[in-house]
Amino acid sequence: MEETPKDKSVEENHDNNKNGEADKTKATSRRNFMKNIGLIGAGAVTGAAALYSGHIFEAKKEKSGQSRILLTQDNKLVEVDSLEMKYLEKSPSEQMLEQGREGIPGRRWVMVIDLARCRNARRCVSACQEAHQLRPEQYHLNTLQMQDSPKTAPYNMPKQCQHCDNPPCVAVCPVDATYKRQDGIVLIDNKRCIGCRFCIAACPYSARIFNWFEPRDAEKYKDQPYNVELNVPQKKGTVSKCLFSADHLREGKLPYCVSACPNGVYYFGDENEDAVTNGTTKETVQLSKLLRENGAYQLMPELGTKPRVYYLPPKNRLFPFEPAKDEQPEKV
Amino acid sequence: MDENKPAFEKLTYDLTHHIRVSKGFAAWMTFLVLALAVCLFAYYQQLKTGLGVAGIRDYVSWGMYLANFVFFVASSLIGMLISAVLGLIGMKWITPITRIAEIIAIAFSAIAGLVIVMDMGRPERLGYVFLYGRFQSPILWDVTVITTYFVLSFLLYYLPMVPDLAISHKTATTLPGWIKPVYRIFSLNWTNKPEQNEVIHRSVRILLILLLPAALSIHTVTSWLFAVTSRAGWDSTVFGPYFVSGAFVAGSAAVIIAMFFYRNNYKLKDYLTNMHFNNMGKLLVLVSLVYLYFNINEFLVPGYKLKRADAIHLHDLFAGAGSLMFWTVQIGGLLIPIFLLLFRKMRKPLPVTLISVAVIIGAWFKRYIIVIPTQEHPFLPIQHVPLNFKVYTPTLIETGITMVSFILVLIIITMLSKFFPVIPICETAKEKGIENIHCD
Repeated sequence: MEETPKDKSVEENHDNNKNGEADKTKATSRRNFMKNIGLIGAGAVTGAAALYSGHIFEAKKEKSGQSRILLTQDNKLVEVDSLEMKYLEKSPSEQMLEQGREGIPGRRWVMVIDLARCRNARRCVSACQEAHQLRPEQYHLNTLQMQDSPKTAPYNMPKQCQHCDNPPCVAVCPVDATYKRQDGIVLIDNKRCIGCRFCIAACPYSARIFNWFEPRDAEKYKDQPYNVELNVPQKKGTVSKCLFSADHLREGKLPYCVSACPNGVYYFGDENEDAVTNGTTKETVQLSKLLRENGAYQLMPELGTKPRVYYLPPKNRLFPFEPAKDEQPEKV
Repeated sequence: MDENKPAFEKLTYDLTHHIRVSKGFAAWMTFLVLALAVCLFAYYQQLKTGLGVAGIRDYVSWGMYLANFVFFVASSLIGMLISAVLGLIGMKWITPITRIAEIIAIAFSAIAGLVIVMDMGRPERLGYVFLYGRFQSPILWDVTVITTYFVLSFLLYYLPMVPDLAISHKTATTLPGWIKPVYRIFSLNWTNKPEQNEVIHRSVRILLILLLPAALSIHTVTSWLFAVTSRAGWDSTVFGPYFVSGAFVAGSAAVIIAMFFYRNNYKLKDYLTNMHFNNMGKLLVLVSLVYLYFNINEFLVPGYKLKRADAIHLHDLFAGAGSLMFWTVQIGGLLIPIFLLLFRKMRKPLPVTLISVAVIIGAWFKRYIIVIPTQEHPFLPIQHVPLNFKVYTPTLIETGITMVSFILVLIIITMLSKFFPVIPICETAKEKGIENIHCD
């Protein structure tokens, strides 16, 4: 239907251009012209038909659908016909990235480490390396042999990301790849990280590591969707660190290291609930009481980083201190 | 005017006769390109295998690349000292040196950005800095100011050269035919009209003023990449001026070396005279003394208090593993040059150039000392890791990749100085009082 006037107008234009020529010539030229634009004409017919049927389809939708009122991302209410609603499919990795940025509402995760109970079993370390697909020399969590001054007693100290409330690493990140969540956890999005390592330089706790080579089992896990709350699969050329096992917390489980400890070193819980659970005994205690009665302290609070990890001093130790054996190779 | 014409012709000849493809140039460029190819292969290895091909690991995670980056930003700063500071206060003797300083500024600031990309774990995500950039991060500040400084330096190199290009195109008899169209296009139809000169004059003045804050910013912000952290050795409030003054030392030395090269190879003895070397030598002493002052502040004050982390760091520098490099750099690259340059004889072209070579080598290693030892002494002990995590040793591949940046700088400097007049023609004519019809 629509193509006819279009062709006519083209012809008219054509006629105008040929003004003053004889009728016969005019007719011949019109035939030639029609021949020449035959293809274009056919195209126009098809196009118009498609447009028209589309129009009919739209009209049908308007008639039969029921409308719904929805809230848009910029806080506006919109009325949308239910037939016009298109459900957006997100890839598992995208979904995890989104919820990984949000955090778990209402929670303020906190860890307490009882140094008196640590005998450097390093089960926490291996559980962590297993969960996060780390090489043997890569630590989200490392147990250090500490001695504060020559006369004081040496002790073992598990050390991981302190999930600071004023995190220097997050401040310096140029691309928002590392961020602080509402539940207190500092995470890294390795799909965003550019590998500048400014965060490694800024962290006073040496808590961050880098994937200098292809990660362990890179080939094996290459089709696994990226889980930002577990930071696996690890990615070459990006930073990684302790995540407080954010994936386990979402499932209501304790972090990997906390459950793996055979000696009851770790307590983990929610500051808002004022309760922490011991990973070994599964005993839940009052956080404020535990901190108050045991002289809890934080690592280098003078730097103003406000860590979310508390340490209980190594008093009345359960195990004697034994110097650790180093099983690392010379060079990696 | 006629009797003066040969003088101007001689001037144009002197300042443009080096513009041709000589055998020496061809050999030099071939060497540079071959060396570049070899070194780019090293970078390919890094792309393929990961940043681990370099010696950097989790504790010393910023290594030679970062030290080199700081050195490059530092060397580029000289454009500002010569053109803007000395130019704006009306120093006449800098006329033949300004363009040399700008060439060095352009080459080093252009490649500084590249050096940082070579240090990135995922260089293909460079665009994220613009796409997701957070302005709270000093890296964003650095990207902004270095880009600005590069553009300003380039304009300051190019705009004053517009009349020279037009004159060379018109009068230089030795100019090779193939380069003439380039000169014609880039001379922007400049014909010595008063309004054209006015535009150039005013733009250059505005650029010179803008260059001051931009240049101060680039190296201050670069110093903040370190000073915003709480690490011993970086946690310093004098890092900004300490870096800026150090930059002038490195840059002055670079300019002196370039001057010596041009003086001999482009036969410019009448233009880059003993007086210029003498003055640059004095300038080098001045900036070195300022740098020495900041060094004393930087090491003496924490050394007096010896806070725990500072004490470990300083002990390593003064008497430990880093002491050989530290004292060699401080004495050989700073104290001895200052002492020698106090004597007039030492400010003659050859000695001052040799001293400058020592200074610039010292300047590179000084950046190494600023960047690396601090990371070898974090607050918490480094345990249960391979030995090469504890002590940083640069690898051959890493050195090759670092060489890429030097080769590229040399290529840029060579191209700019070989195919364009190194010494301003018009300004020199004005300076020497050579009357002519071509420019005023």
